[in-house]
Amino acid sequence: MSTADEARDPGLQPERTRLAWRRTTLSCTVVAVLAVKLVVSDEVTARELTGLALSSLVWVAFLAVAHRRIRSLGAARPLPLSRRGALLAAGCTVALAVFGAAVIW
Amino acid sequence: MSDFVQSLRLWFAPRRIRDEGETPDYRFSLANERTFLAWIRTALALIGGGFAVDQFLPDLRWGVRVGLALALLAGGVLCALRAVNHWVRCERAMRRGEDLPVSRFPALLSLAVAAVALAMVVLVLFGRAGR
Repeated sequence: MSTADEARDPGLQPERTRLAWRRTTLSCTVVAVLAVKLVVSDEVTARELTGLALSSLVWVAFLAVAHRRIRSLGAARPLPLSRRGALLAAGCTVALAVFGAAVIW
Repeated sequence: MSDFVQSLRLWFAPRRIRDEGETPDYRFSLANERTFLAWIRTALALIGGGFAVDQFLPDLRWGVRVGLALALLAGGVLCALRAVNHWVRCERAMRRGEDLPVSRFPALLSLAVAAVALAMVVLVLFGRAGR
């Protein structure tokens, strides 16, 4: 962790990375909302509830990954992104696409 | 291709990469991470576009609409997987002190997006004229 008098990175790299995670979370939110809109109509059926649950689950998973990473960026010399974090973020993206393809098909 | 298989193995064996070379300046790793996130956003945008085609172009014939939507979704999946792969390869190159990997993917992706956009313009115009 940081010592008080250590000069922080003047290029604000951790801050920029944090904002990149926020932007990506925002994009993920938009796509998750679109996915919900894709499957939900007026009536409530098992299919619609499943769609709603799956997209919410993917969205929450992405939120958790982003939150963990944003917290770890608070250190003075943040560690590189973990392989698991990268795979999970990409996995959420792929899951939304596969889910959408199943609905559209 | 064998290079791809090799980096695919690295996706799931994080320890192996940590043993090689030396840890680069954390700022370079963060820059690599931001590039990865930008690619993930591109993937999400393609996927959102696929959803939008299905939702907002209901006048198109079923086959055309589903074909376009699935093409965009497949592009999004490809983009996300490639994001991880490229991130891993860049991270490894930085540790070993090698040049960063070059890639044909951005050019291919822009050509594909241009083709889909052109197809949409044609389809929407024809759809209007046909009614």
